[in-house]
Amino acid sequence: MPADVAYSHDVLVIGGGGAGLRAAIAAAETSDRLSIAVLSKVYPMRSHTVSAEGGTAAVMRDNDSLDTHAKDTIFGSDFLADQDVVEAFVKEAPGEVIQIEHWGCPWSRDPDGRVSVRPFGGMTVNRTLYAADKTGFHMLHALFQTSLKYEKIVRYDEWFATSLLVEDSRVCGVAALNVHDGSVRAITAKAVIICTGGAGRVFQFTTNAAIKTGDGMALAYRAGAPLKDMEFMQYHPTGLPGTGILITEASRGEGGHLKNKDGYRYLQDYGLGPPTDKPVHRKMELGPRDILSRCHMQEHQKGRTFEGPHGHYVHLDLRHLGEKLIDSNLPFVRELVKNYVGIDPVYEPIPVRPVLHYTMGGISTDINAKTPLEGLYAAGEVACVSINGANRLGSNSLTELLVFGARAGRSAARHALERPAVPSNPVAQLVSDERRRLDTRYLRADGRERIADIRDEMRKAMEDGCGIYRDKATMAKTCDTLRRLRERFGRISLTDRDAVFNTELIAALELESMLDVAAAVAHGALAREESRGAHTRTDFPKRDDARFLKHTLAYRTPDGPRIEYLPVTITRWPPEERKY
Amino acid sequence: MSEETITLEVTRYRPGHDSEPRIESFAVPYEKDWVVLDALNHIKDQMDGSLTYRWSCRMGVCGSCGMMVNGVPKLTCSAFLRDYHPGPVRVEPLANFPVIRDLVVDLEDFMEKLRRVKPWLIRETEKPLSEGEYRQTPAQLEAFKQFSMCINCMLCYAACPVYGLAPAFVGPAAIALAHRYNMDSRDEGYRFREPILNDSVGVWDCTFVGECSVVCPKHVDPAAAIQRSKVAGAKDWAMSMLMPWGGKK
Repeated sequence: MPADVAYSHDVLVIGGGGAGLRAAIAAAETSDRLSIAVLSKVYPMRSHTVSAEGGTAAVMRDNDSLDTHAKDTIFGSDFLADQDVVEAFVKEAPGEVIQIEHWGCPWSRDPDGRVSVRPFGGMTVNRTLYAADKTGFHMLHALFQTSLKYEKIVRYDEWFATSLLVEDSRVCGVAALNVHDGSVRAITAKAVIICTGGAGRVFQFTTNAAIKTGDGMALAYRAGAPLKDMEFMQYHPTGLPGTGILITEASRGEGGHLKNKDGYRYLQDYGLGPPTDKPVHRKMELGPRDILSRCHMQEHQKGRTFEGPHGHYVHLDLRHLGEKLIDSNLPFVRELVKNYVGIDPVYEPIPVRPVLHYTMGGISTDINAKTPLEGLYAAGEVACVSINGANRLGSNSLTELLVFGARAGRSAARHALERPAVPSNPVAQLVSDERRRLDTRYLRADGRERIADIRDEMRKAMEDGCGIYRDKATMAKTCDTLRRLRERFGRISLTDRDAVFNTELIAALELESMLDVAAAVAHGALAREESRGAHTRTDFPKRDDARFLKHTLAYRTPDGPRIEYLPVTITRWPPEERKY
Repeated sequence: MSEETITLEVTRYRPGHDSEPRIESFAVPYEKDWVVLDALNHIKDQMDGSLTYRWSCRMGVCGSCGMMVNGVPKLTCSAFLRDYHPGPVRVEPLANFPVIRDLVVDLEDFMEKLRRVKPWLIRETEKPLSEGEYRQTPAQLEAFKQFSMCINCMLCYAACPVYGLAPAFVGPAAIALAHRYNMDSRDEGYRFREPILNDSVGVWDCTFVGECSVVCPKHVDPAAAIQRSKVAGAKDWAMSMLMPWGGKK
């Protein structure tokens, strides 16, 4: 970041992952007159989009249709998706995946040169584009490298946004910590777009990177924006035990089998059969993630899973696919399993278990990525624009960050073009308040509590109370634990008091974010007395459309989340029983 | 948790406090399935919260956690303690970079060089989105795929003796990425990148030690990219000597 910039922009994007970079480019292409900045706590190419493996869904072939993609998505969401938003999403998806192809994304190809498509869970036809099994990596680097072309997109790399600046109920920028020197600055903007990703790190076993701590959700939540549908946290059925490293759903799309300790393809016992040699859309291993994760837990209860040092697991068997296919379409899976399990999936089955993977909920936005706070937009995993509802289908999230990242960029740009500049005086005051808060709360505080202790207890409480199966008693206990952890967090103490690159201060700020987000998840879950998608209650095992065909909105109050509800938009697909 | 321990000798450096880097030893539990990064996280969580380093995905794809492990550039999320048993394990910041603090190095020089090689698709005319994707056969994809696998982890710069001596050298990863676009059948930007690659600090600085390709965790083979760029550059030069119109492509 050059020293002479004014720290004042038209559009400020928080987060430099797929959604943030797509938003920045869209804003830059909306008008030459706009000053655009991307602020991120890590260099953009480190963002967690990089870890996405399997692919990106869009209707690309004659055997497919927008309505089929919409229906699969809505069905997968257990009818909690907003159908008008899903219709816009599937319509814009093909253009977005072609756009990123034009920006260099190395999609895998058919012999005739067209982009290839593969089957994915819950989808009725092959519509998932892919770049081998490093799709997120290639998309992120294509977007980042393309963003370098736009000289007017300035970056604040390794800056951490600590709070939104709100003046007259209008968002006018952020207070942010420059990690390199410890200074706190106001960065003003006529429009702010939050694209900081999900909050998987509030759970114990997760595919999510260390940076996935829900910071952007907490920023908006503290400024008064509601978080929507936070109780819907997705478990991915195939993570590595212990590390939680993701083994892509594409390994099942390519034909991999899930087997219990008897070598039996157990999914046939749960209404997903019959088992076939070749993968059949929406059947067996291509069932949706919420259902497959529940099947795993039931197998475990029947005593038919393996036991290892990191708990129960089953086998993902790729051996029959052969080395050639594995190397061409799943090379990263082979590399990961060789490195981290010490076996070769060409010759041995992979131990897998469900691990927390995706935050379906997020900052509530409308179809144009606008939040209820004026001047504030959000897109990608951090947002809940409501295409995923109660259960996201694999390969819709990479498409979501393109479609709604672009929409957010255009919306924010248009807003900025119409708005006068942000007044600077109140902003200066807000920033000195923020500096004082960081100093008194963290850098000069003399408590006895340690970050790692509170973080570990929070993660355990979430896994215990808000895991794959939930009930009232354990969730209420989790809510209590989170309240006590919040109190203890007030007595936190840092050993690192330095200004330069203070990663312990960042860890404290991240923990503060996670405690807010975890409370929204647990309270939303406790209030939703039904089972829908990823939210499965043993005490309310049925979906209850009469009471709960509605979105949860969590508002932050000093006493914990206040829960309200919002209707679901139904256009052409009336709710029906979700059966595969 | 294991009762056996292994010693990590970690570089510490606090600007403003330390006049130069020093080594601090930590005895951590020896767990066979731990990587060096797990040991660093154990130190930070349980022993010294001020230990400073970068990390994120811990699955070898975000590129954050590169450090020198026993003198060799490594992703610490992929370097297993068992491979260094019984220790001690020396953990230092990546060589050839200015150190910001402890194990964190300054990447700004690379970020600037990356932009300079124009790592984006350059077209003389853009095809409208409504006409669909650029066709590219699997063989055309294969021609550049390897060079697109760079995760910007900087291990190759830490291994490069030329970058160590002449920091103006564009360096392995940036040249590999330039080559990646030059080799992409959709790209028409070679003539814009060629002057940068053939500049005095471009490909000709490389003495073909090949260490960059040895340490690359993603088998990108930057050394091959540099050599092929040299061949292309030499061909251009020869053409410009032989052809009255300068051998323009």
